[in-house]
Amino acid sequence: MKNYETVFILNPVLSEDQAKDTVEKFVKLLTSAKAEVINVEKWGLKKMAYAIQNKSTGFYNLLEFTTDSSDLVSTLETEFRRDESVMRFLTTVLDKHAVIYNARRRKGEFNRTKKQATRKEEVAA
Amino acid sequence: MTLMNEPIKRAEIKPKYCRFKKNGIKYIDYKDPDFLLKFINEQGKILPRRLTGNSWKFQNKVAQAVKRARHVALLPYLADSLK
Repeated sequence: MKNYETVFILNPVLSEDQAKDTVEKFVKLLTSAKAEVINVEKWGLKKMAYAIQNKSTGFYNLLEFTTDSSDLVSTLETEFRRDESVMRFLTTVLDKHAVIYNARRRKGEFNRTKKQATRKEEVAA
Repeated sequence: MTLMNEPIKRAEIKPKYCRFKKNGIKYIDYKDPDFLLKFINEQGKILPRRLTGNSWKFQNKVAQAVKRARHVALLPYLADSLK
């Protein structure tokens, strides 16, 4: 049993619903292959650090899952390559430290919004 | 006599340390570009161990995390003025 994590960027031209459907499609692919999907996170429309396919923004999504079969990742990635709305993807295997970190992250222990809020206050003050 | 080497004040040289070892951080997240900004220069290049003080183990992990962040466009490959 291995833990995996995938970040993928969807084309910003899609509507919110289309983006949602695409994410669901990949989640279904995983669940149908008996993988356990632990977390699905949508970061929404984000500005990218550089242009991909002449686009400066993209829908960022995060999938965390565990699976026994090593073939599943390659089938998932071929599915990513086939889908034209996926601009970029990255799948990583998580080691034991990363699993602990992600569990804490899911609980919101590294509270990003709070940090950003305080930072904004500093700028304003 | 201005060109003469000044004596090095040993007390002023701070010993370097690895912040990950010191703080017990075991995993470096590539999804957090704000944190990774500490380890790259204005051009987006990864800073050497000489400057960051990281241990070999964690420098490698930092480098891997920066490279992953670049791939998913959270950090730029090239930049002019990041900071």
